Order: sequence, then structure tokens, then C-alpha cells
Amino acid sequence: MRAGGFWTDARVERLLGGVACIVLALIAGMIAFVFQKAWPSFAHNGLAWFGGGGDVDLQLEDIFNSPADPAHYVYTLHAWPLLWGTFVVTVGAVLVGMVFALLSAIFIVEFAPQRINRVLEPVVRLLAAVPSVVYGLIGILVIVPFVGEHLISLDRKESVANVVQLDGAGLGVGVLILTVMIVPIMIAIVVDALRAVPHGWREGAAALGANRWRVMWTISVRTARPAIVAAAVLATARALGEAIMLSMVAGSASFAPNPIDGITFLFEPTRPLASALVENVEGLSVVPFGQTLFAFAAVLLVSSMLLSLAGFAAKQPMRKYGVRP
Amino acid sequence: MEAATVPAPPTSPRDSVSSWPLRDRVGYYACWAAGLTLIAVAGAIVLYMAFRGAQYFDLGMFVESPNAALDQSQSGGFRDPLIGTALLLVLSTAIAAPLGVTIAVWLTEYGRPSGLARTVESAVEVVAGTPSIVLAMFGLVFFQQQWISFLTFSSEGSNVVLGRSFIAAAAMMSLIALPLVVGATREALNAIPGHVREASYALGKTKAATIRRVLLPAARPGIGTGTALGMGRVAGDTAIVVVLLGAVMQINNGAGGSVFGLFRGLGSTLTSYVYYNSPAGEGLAPEKAYFAAFVLLLLVIVLNFVVTRIARGREQPWTR
Repeated sequence: MRAGGFWTDARVERLLGGVACIVLALIAGMIAFVFQKAWPSFAHNGLAWFGGGGDVDLQLEDIFNSPADPAHYVYTLHAWPLLWGTFVVTVGAVLVGMVFALLSAIFIVEFAPQRINRVLEPVVRLLAAVPSVVYGLIGILVIVPFVGEHLISLDRKESVANVVQLDGAGLGVGVLILTVMIVPIMIAIVVDALRAVPHGWREGAAALGANRWRVMWTISVRTARPAIVAAAVLATARALGEAIMLSMVAGSASFAPNPIDGITFLFEPTRPLASALVENVEGLSVVPFGQTLFAFAAVLLVSSMLLSLAGFAAKQPMRKYGVRP
Repeated sequence: MEAATVPAPPTSPRDSVSSWPLRDRVGYYACWAAGLTLIAVAGAIVLYMAFRGAQYFDLGMFVESPNAALDQSQSGGFRDPLIGTALLLVLSTAIAAPLGVTIAVWLTEYGRPSGLARTVESAVEVVAGTPSIVLAMFGLVFFQQQWISFLTFSSEGSNVVLGRSFIAAAAMMSLIALPLVVGATREALNAIPGHVREASYALGKTKAATIRRVLLPAARPGIGTGTALGMGRVAGDTAIVVVLLGAVMQINNGAGGSVFGLFRGLGSTLTSYVYYNSPAGEGLAPEKAYFAAFVLLLLVIVLNFVVTRIARGREQPWTR
């Protein structure tokens, strides 16, 4: 490239900046297209869309079987069981995963001997890279039958037989596998943050007589709090959108698991929004049904967008310690 | 996670775990338990899949096309899904790598006006957090527009634009890989010390020439890492394939037998093959699903290995 040729600095800057702005156009387009498609479903139901009432599976069936005349399209949907399923699965996995990821991150940064660390770091990367369909396959062919045969007693199955069928696939298995899937993301963020804590701060605490655990817990973990929040938020965004694995192991019934049921709660089937979406894509060509599915996508899009931005904001205070988000 | 650059933790020889208060010891052992559990889980997954993969090993699966047959000895292998996965990897990398590098270069080397740069930065973050199923739905409406119907599949003699094709799927898949490419490239560019740029300017190079001749070659390992990570995610995604390629298993050529026809055709990938052959997809061929999943896992592990190798080779003149 000759200096002073066609590609002057000003031109290059404008070109690169223009390309970078494609991402902005993309997000604007995403919101516009998805909401434009989703609008009829929201407009017909109003806030009741988010409420409960009736069986979601039956409502979806009615929408699918609407008459061909646009004036008589059926849109009635009360998506609460799906929203509740998404919420319970996500929050469960993030809470369990957070504790686990924090302990593992402390282990990697502080306590693990070199030899174990040399194994652990590839292990974390591997767990993050295993495709969700492989997790789902192991879940549906190994864990679900095991839970169904050995962990759920016949009494328990009979106690709820008139409401819902317990066959092993359910909330607990979904949360368990989802936890394994999101823990690596959290570990990566928390480890980076713990490593970035200024060395002098930790030495100061050690000089005052604190043991290694205390130094870690009171100095490093506290300093890394923004990163821990960011890790939780970003993992929530990931968990929210997990569709394939959950549709394979979480029971695929639009049932809202009830915490009052005690242990049975963990075995009750559920179906998060993303799974409902992926399981019903064959019906996309039916206009009102497709619009309902786009409404699911719109809800997921807005929530994941808010979570991503919150995670981005939460990571900012760490910048002063030299950790680039 | 980068390799530990932090000096050894502050310890004194007399600080042995057994002398700690009970609370601290509980925390210490909980950390060990968490770390060992991680290793055990990963080990269990890999060993179990390897065991199943060896059990159902069948070279013929690589060369046979999948067939819809109830009798599993007639239902073929996963030749078409393999081609589909390869095709998507190539197409989506071809989109994501240049775009991601451009964005990263602009963010680190120019980044003006700073408000716009911050917005683009958070936008990349938003793309990273968007569930792939949502990306798939967006891709479907986007490619249903009439003016780009030549990019997508349409059945013979029909004007209906379905919005489905390998191109549509690859375009959406590239969005999964994009944030990883941007992140890794930015990290690599940030790691290049300022005096390297200044040396180039002092020799009379323009900024544009410095980027092309000095910075991008130096950032190549970072770009490679990001791309390989992105390819791993692309190979493992199922939701986009299910929505944008449909439930067909065999490669369904769009228009004629040309390469472009293949691009706008429909097909399947290893992930959708596993999904539809598992009990969830009512394929009821767990042995085929296991073997395909094993091959998929191997592919992902190899890509991961590539990442580690590239990251290790990050030796620059100024880091010595």
C-alpha cells in the first residue's frame, strides 16, 4: 500500500467505522423485524399474554388450527407457564452455578496445584464448548431414564398422576445440565477478575495475619464483585436462550411446576419459552401461529438484550483494576 | 482465561490448612470439591461419549446419505449432515472473520467518536447475548423478503419465499462467531505495545499501512483463536439449523447442480442429525445419534485444541 494512494487514513477510518456500524443496523433490524411480526399476538392479548389461565398447549393448538380467514384468526394465549418455566430453570441454574463457579474460580486462582490447573483450564474450555445437543443427548438417554426409574418412587408418580405425568424428564434434570453448561462462562469471567486483583492488596492482608482463604474471601472476592455480578447476568442471558437441551430433557409439557409440591417440584416437567419455540417451528407457515412464535422470540430478545447491557455495565467498574471486559 | 501471570500467592511456611478456623477449612475443602467435580464431569462426558462412539463405530456412516426408513439398517449414515456442517463452517467463517476483524480494528485503533465506539462495543455484547433461536427467527423474517429471495431455497415453480437456505443459516451463524472474533482480535491488538505503532509511523507509514502491514500480522494468532472458537460454537449450534434448514436430512439442491445452488439449498448438519435421531426428535435411532454426537464432540475438541495451540504460539518480537 503506497502512502498517499486511494486509501488515505481518513477514507480508511470512515470505511472501517461504516462497517462497524453494520452491527448497530443489525440490532435495530432485529428489533424491528421481530416485533413487527410479533405485534398481532401482543395486540390481541394485551397484558393477559403474560398472565396465566388455561392450558398453553391447548391454546397453541387452537392457534395452529385457526380458520384461514384473517378476520377469524385465533390469538388467545396466556403464556405464564412458559414464562414461569423459563424463570425457574434459569434462576435455579444460575444460583447453583454461581456458588459452584465462585468456588471453582477460587480453586483455580489460589488453591489448585500447578498440575491440577494444567488439567482444569482445558476442562473448563471443553465444558463450554460441548454442543448443547450433546448435553441434551446424554440427558435424555442416560440421566432422564435413571431419574425416572430410580429417583421417583411409584407413590410420588401416583400422587400427581391426575395432574401431570412424571417420567424422569423435568425441572431438576434441566437445571442440573443447564448448570454444567453455564458454569464455564462464569468461571472464565470470575477467574480473570480474581487474577486482576492488585497483588499488593493481598499481600497487605496476608501481612496482617489473614490466612489464604481469608485473603481470598475478604480481599479478592470482594474486589471482584462487579465481575461476579456480570458473570451471573451474562450466564442468565445464556441460560434464558437455551432451547435444544431443555426441549430434550425438561419434559416438554407446558406445565408450571409448583414449589409447594416439595421434592416432587424437582421432577415436574416444564417447558421454557425457547424450547416451546424450537419445538413448534414446523407450524411457522400458519400465519397466526407464526406470529405467536415471533412473540416468544420478541420476549426472549428483549430480556437477553437487557441482560447483556446490564452485564456490560456491571463489568465497567473492573476496568480500573486493568481487566478489559 | 489467560495463563497465570500473577506472582505466587502470599504464603508463609507456618500457614497450614489444619491450623485454620473451621469456617475457613470448610471453604477450602469446598473449593477442592468444586474443582475436582468439574474434572469428573468433563471426564465422564468425554469417556462416556468415547465409549458409545466406539460401541457404535461404523465407517459406512461417513459415506452413506441419511434415508427416512423405519428399519435402522436401511436409514443410512450422516454423509449429508457432515457436508452441511462443513459448508456452514466455511460460509459463516467467511462472513464473521472479516467483519469481526474490521470491527475490532476500528474499535481499538480509531474508536472515534467515542460515544459511537461505546455503542458499537455494547452492541457486539448484545449480539453475543442474543439466544441463537432468536437469531434464527430474525434470519427467517429477514430472508423472507422478496428482494433477496435469490439467496434462499424455493421449490420448483413456486413463488413462496420460505427464507430458508444454507446462506441464511450461515449468515445467522456468523453472528454467533462474530463477538468471539471481535473479542480475541481486540485483545491481541491491545497487547501490541504503542512503540511498535510509533516505530512504523516514524518510518513514514500511514496509519492504514501500519494496520495492514504491522498490526494485523502481529494480531494473527488472536484472530486465529477467535475464529477457531467461533467455529466451535457454529459447529455446535442446533437451533439455527432446525429453523433455517428445516427438518430435511438430505441435501436438497436449490437451483440446478451449481455450487450456488448448493448454497441456497436445504440440508442438515451433525447437530440436527443428532437432534432428529434422538428420542426428542422421534428418530428413535439412539445408536446413530450417539455416533454422530461422538463425531461432533471430536470436531469440537479438535477446534479447542487448535485454539490452545494458536494461543501458545503467541510469541512476538517485543514479548521476548
